[in-house]
Amino acid sequence: MAKVKTLADLRKMKSELQSKIQLRENAENPESVVQIRVGMATSGIASGAKEVYHYFTEEMAKRNINGLTTQVGDMGYCYAEPTVEVLVPGKDPIVFGYVDVKKADQIIEKYIKQGELLDGIIPPNYQNINE
Amino acid sequence: MSEYKMHMMVCGGTGCRASESDTIVEKMKKELEYRNLDEDVQVVITGCFGFCEKGPIVKMLPDNTFYTEVKPDNVTEIIDEHIIKGRKVQSLLYVDPNKGQAEPDSKHMDFYKKQIRIALRNCGFINPEVVDEYIAADGYEALGKVLADYTPEQTIDIIKQSGLRGRGGGGFPTGLKWQFAAQNEADKKYVVCNADEGDPGAFMDRSILEGDPHSVLEAMAICGYTMGSDEGIIYIRAEYPLAIERLHIAIKQAREYGLLGKNILGTGFDFDITLRYGAGAFVCGEETALIHSMEGLRGEPTVKPPFPAESGYNGKPTNVNNVETFANIPAIILKGAEWFSAIGTEKSKGTKVFALAGKINNVGLIEVPMGTTLREVIFEIGGGIKDGKKFKAVQTGGPSGGCLTEKHLDTPIDFDNLLAAGSMMGSGGMIVMDEDDCMVAMAKFYLEFTVEESCGKCAPCRIGNKRLHETLDKITEGKGTLHDLELLKNMSNVIKDTSLCGLGQTSPNPVLSMLEHFYDEFLGHVSDHKCEAGQCKSLLKYNIIEEECVGCTACARVCPVGCISGEKKEVHIIDQSICIKCGACMDKCKFNAIELI
Repeated sequence: MAKVKTLADLRKMKSELQSKIQLRENAENPESVVQIRVGMATSGIASGAKEVYHYFTEEMAKRNINGLTTQVGDMGYCYAEPTVEVLVPGKDPIVFGYVDVKKADQIIEKYIKQGELLDGIIPPNYQNINE
Repeated sequence: MSEYKMHMMVCGGTGCRASESDTIVEKMKKELEYRNLDEDVQVVITGCFGFCEKGPIVKMLPDNTFYTEVKPDNVTEIIDEHIIKGRKVQSLLYVDPNKGQAEPDSKHMDFYKKQIRIALRNCGFINPEVVDEYIAADGYEALGKVLADYTPEQTIDIIKQSGLRGRGGGGFPTGLKWQFAAQNEADKKYVVCNADEGDPGAFMDRSILEGDPHSVLEAMAICGYTMGSDEGIIYIRAEYPLAIERLHIAIKQAREYGLLGKNILGTGFDFDITLRYGAGAFVCGEETALIHSMEGLRGEPTVKPPFPAESGYNGKPTNVNNVETFANIPAIILKGAEWFSAIGTEKSKGTKVFALAGKINNVGLIEVPMGTTLREVIFEIGGGIKDGKKFKAVQTGGPSGGCLTEKHLDTPIDFDNLLAAGSMMGSGGMIVMDEDDCMVAMAKFYLEFTVEESCGKCAPCRIGNKRLHETLDKITEGKGTLHDLELLKNMSNVIKDTSLCGLGQTSPNPVLSMLEHFYDEFLGHVSDHKCEAGQCKSLLKYNIIEEECVGCTACARVCPVGCISGEKKEVHIIDQSICIKCGACMDKCKFNAIELI
């Protein structure tokens, strides 16, 4: 192992290493980052939710967006699978229906990055007791 | 390669390892590789999550799913359901015994809600055997900052302003202690970490060393810088093999990175750390005894002054701090004295780690702000008393502390409040007692420990505690008199006043506090020869209820000493002079005809 010779070296090392535990830090404070919840029940998986889930985890990292992608159970919109719920800090959660890779790309670029709304938003018809 | 999508944190503390958490890790890695998932899921061995009651603990991130009592057989289920299908394994989720429902997210668990983790910040968060993870979590940044930006005096001032007090039991202000050691000029000085955790039921120091060893190394180096020392020694009991192993790994890695050794971070500061093993004597937690043990002498205390800050290890100025105290230091340096002093009460700042044990639902390790009440700790975080029984008392401070009762439940816990209530903070052990515990027997239990652990140097402790123990024994045997209760009190006060070190000065505390809060129970033992809790066997009497006995002879046949007599289909009788009170007859009787009086 190379020696850490100065404080600047240490800080540089830390910034390189930080990505390794970024996910854990985000999990501690999920409210502070963009959360993407992919509905991964049977109906979701059958219509391609898995592909979407992997796309989100990889692309968010590639595009340097600090976010947290999790798999969740059925959200109840089986007609519109795959469904994805997106929580941007400070905004109400939004559920997108019929999400494929192309749509996922739009969600990241348009909604998460620029705050523009897209087609295919499922209007909220429930209140979450956790929130 | 992209980063892992999921992190699977498996507790690698002593408790969870004893329940095969290492086999879980091995199997998980193998199965993931077999399914080509090893690039998506990272398996991380961590330090203690604190929820030892339900170990082994496996926490899935990022969704904070908290699996409890996981067995190696559950590994494939977790992969198939959680990792592949994204469904939580319901049978492994923690079920809140009070609410009766499964808790899918650890953030919502009552156990964690009130906790603030400073000393335990990295336990359960990083792999203690990988220095890179510690560095990623701001590790060694505090040392770097101190060496680059602060003078030793400024650093001591930060610690003083933070209000940090020694977490080993005494509660002495840490900054002041460092200042004394810094002020004494000498050619050689030592930083000693006291990892001789001897309080029965306390295991926070072990868990910190197992879960986050680097934080202690870093803090020791910071302390070395402030007092002008280049050598640190960790005095650790040999009974902590896992903590020792992880410390060795941590020291080796820190040396390889040059974070220990010569010219640290190019600042010209030298500091290195070695380990010294203790044989696990309670008295060696006392700093002068600890230093003598390190010198190869008998672990016996000496009169202070001279304090170790003037003349300690090898006659040189030495600063001794406890593990938990050190673990707080890097966080204070990075976040500032004001941040730390904003937590806690007026005279006790920050947090304190407590080890919950005894008749409590959530046995484990918790860290709460000073000033949290006992009620919050026992009933909210601890989940209340086991089996719905009634709370009776809680012993804080181990064998040096005292018991607190129902009337203290709403007292905010801090150093001074506990002292005022006749107990002490100690190292943070909390043993909870319910209605089935006999206080005389508890007092005897603690005395048994101190008698065993007394070094024997001074008479009050060596002989006095022995006499105390004999008197308590006499009372539990039903042979005590009212005079004995007076004797207990007087003897206790003399031992406290005349003993040489902390061990003897505090050993009568359990007796005194239990006498004070449960005098009626002591009185019951001596005047009515009754033990309400049913613990003191000599005071128990098994009796056959004439109306219920059908004369089936089952009890007579099971009795190991043959003290039950009676003809078939006639009422049986127990000969009390022979009965050894084993209770076998009562267990055997199908007609509930045997009672305990």
